[in-house]
Amino acid sequence: MARVVLEVRNVTKRFGGLVAVNDMSFDVTQHEVLGIIGPNGSGKSTMINMISGTFPPSAGVIRLNGQDVAGKPAHRIAQMGVARTFQLVRLLPELTVIENVVAGAAFGHRRRWKGEAERYAQTLLDRVGLGGVMNVPVSSLTYINTKRVELARALACEPEVLLLDEWLAGLNPTELQTGIDLIRSLREDGRTVILVEHVMDAIRSLCDRCVVMSSGCKIAEGTPADVLSDAEVIRAYLGADEDA
Amino acid sequence: MSAREIRNLILSAMAFGVVALLPFYDTGYILSIATTMAMFTVLATSWALFSGPTHYISLATAAFFGLGTFVTGYGFQTMPYWSLPLIAGVLGAGLAGLVGMVTLRLSGVYFVIFTLGLAELVRQLVTWVQNRTGQRGMYVLTSITERDIYWQLLGMAALVFLVGWLIGRSRLGFALRIIGNDETVAKHSGINTALAKVLLFMVSGAAAAIVGAMLAPRYIYIEPSTAFAPILSFQVVIMALLGGTGRLWGPVAGVIPFTLLWEFISRHAPNQTLLLLGLAFLLIVYVLPGGVVGLQARLKHRFGQGGH
Repeated sequence: MARVVLEVRNVTKRFGGLVAVNDMSFDVTQHEVLGIIGPNGSGKSTMINMISGTFPPSAGVIRLNGQDVAGKPAHRIAQMGVARTFQLVRLLPELTVIENVVAGAAFGHRRRWKGEAERYAQTLLDRVGLGGVMNVPVSSLTYINTKRVELARALACEPEVLLLDEWLAGLNPTELQTGIDLIRSLREDGRTVILVEHVMDAIRSLCDRCVVMSSGCKIAEGTPADVLSDAEVIRAYLGADEDA
Repeated sequence: MSAREIRNLILSAMAFGVVALLPFYDTGYILSIATTMAMFTVLATSWALFSGPTHYISLATAAFFGLGTFVTGYGFQTMPYWSLPLIAGVLGAGLAGLVGMVTLRLSGVYFVIFTLGLAELVRQLVTWVQNRTGQRGMYVLTSITERDIYWQLLGMAALVFLVGWLIGRSRLGFALRIIGNDETVAKHSGINTALAKVLLFMVSGAAAAIVGAMLAPRYIYIEPSTAFAPILSFQVVIMALLGGTGRLWGPVAGVIPFTLLWEFISRHAPNQTLLLLGLAFLLIVYVLPGGVVGLQARLKHRFGQGGH
């Protein structure tokens, strides 16, 4: 049995009267790629935001390697080993590409500084396919390259768990394939990843397991093939055509 | 240290050495302008240490500066003179820390307004205490000459440059740049953003208070309305932005022309100084968004391309 890295137990988030996430529980084990899927507004991003510490849950427990992280400030959670990308790409516009990645290395889970941080950032930029554009301003990057920089920055934290919030959204078909291949290679590296995603091809080919959310609740959990053929999931999310 | 850094260090030390000789050349009008420049150099440079990378515009300089002048005002008869700037620095850092913890969770315009209010708050507090004790202003009669003040300020400027240089190379300096770019990213990358901001705000608060303590003897008579005059905060902001906050030397490039112009206008048209402030602000916004530093970078970009 693989080691559980992240435990989510009975987590609920209320915004005033709205229950965005309702009594969610799931585990993420080491080297696993877990997909969180569900229709728009089902609470996936809220879940990611609670794990990364953007805001605290209203109730419930989130444990990273056995330590409670729920309600801790985001920088503490990042230091403890959770790194993330954002649904709308967030780069540091006044910094160069490599400085953007060093930003992750300098303050994250395993801290590096100066030459060591730069070498590590270079390795990661090579890793995500940006070896040639290290010293350019980020404003000159194409869309997929901004996503690559953000991914490299998150990897630079050397996280225990990597949260990718719709990292593949907005890519054209060619880029999408490149993106899927890139994330698959992370999986082969043995990273532990939580993937919030709408792209069904990506979910099928990348995820070991999926948690399906609808209206804040977990309605299914299992392998992509199982959950995507689940009657309730089809009803809640996919309609008649499971490739929608 | 790289060769370039060593060269810059030597050049800076030589520049300081040269300007330190000024009192032997003139002890009158020119020294007086130079003292004002030295004062604004410290204030604007230390202001930019915090506000430059974070983009948080602080209008609290007058609060810290006034605090410093009052430390000297109250203490110069009973305490050794050398201890007064130190005490002012500690109090300034303390006040900045207190204010920082409360306000640095605010962002943008709320922070600006609060810092503007802070100078007024401290001024009213001092006035209130003075009214209760039946005091008005106070005389700071010392044997300190303009020359002594000038040298003290130069020493302080060197210290601020050194601290700024060290911070710029440190993790803290890098953290502040990240915060200024995107605070959300900073937090999720593991930066304790509140702590980083408060620390830097304390550095700039301490520097402003120390400058206040050093300058009190120059004013001879100090009272809350002049010591905490909000115009000082605005002058510092304008000068720093005019020079540009992207480089450590940037604010000085704003202090020198602005002080000369201010001096000229207050001699020939004393009622128009506010107009100068306004025009300088327009100039910065429309013509020099990155200050002199930004202009230099643009020119280098335009004319330096052939060289590559």
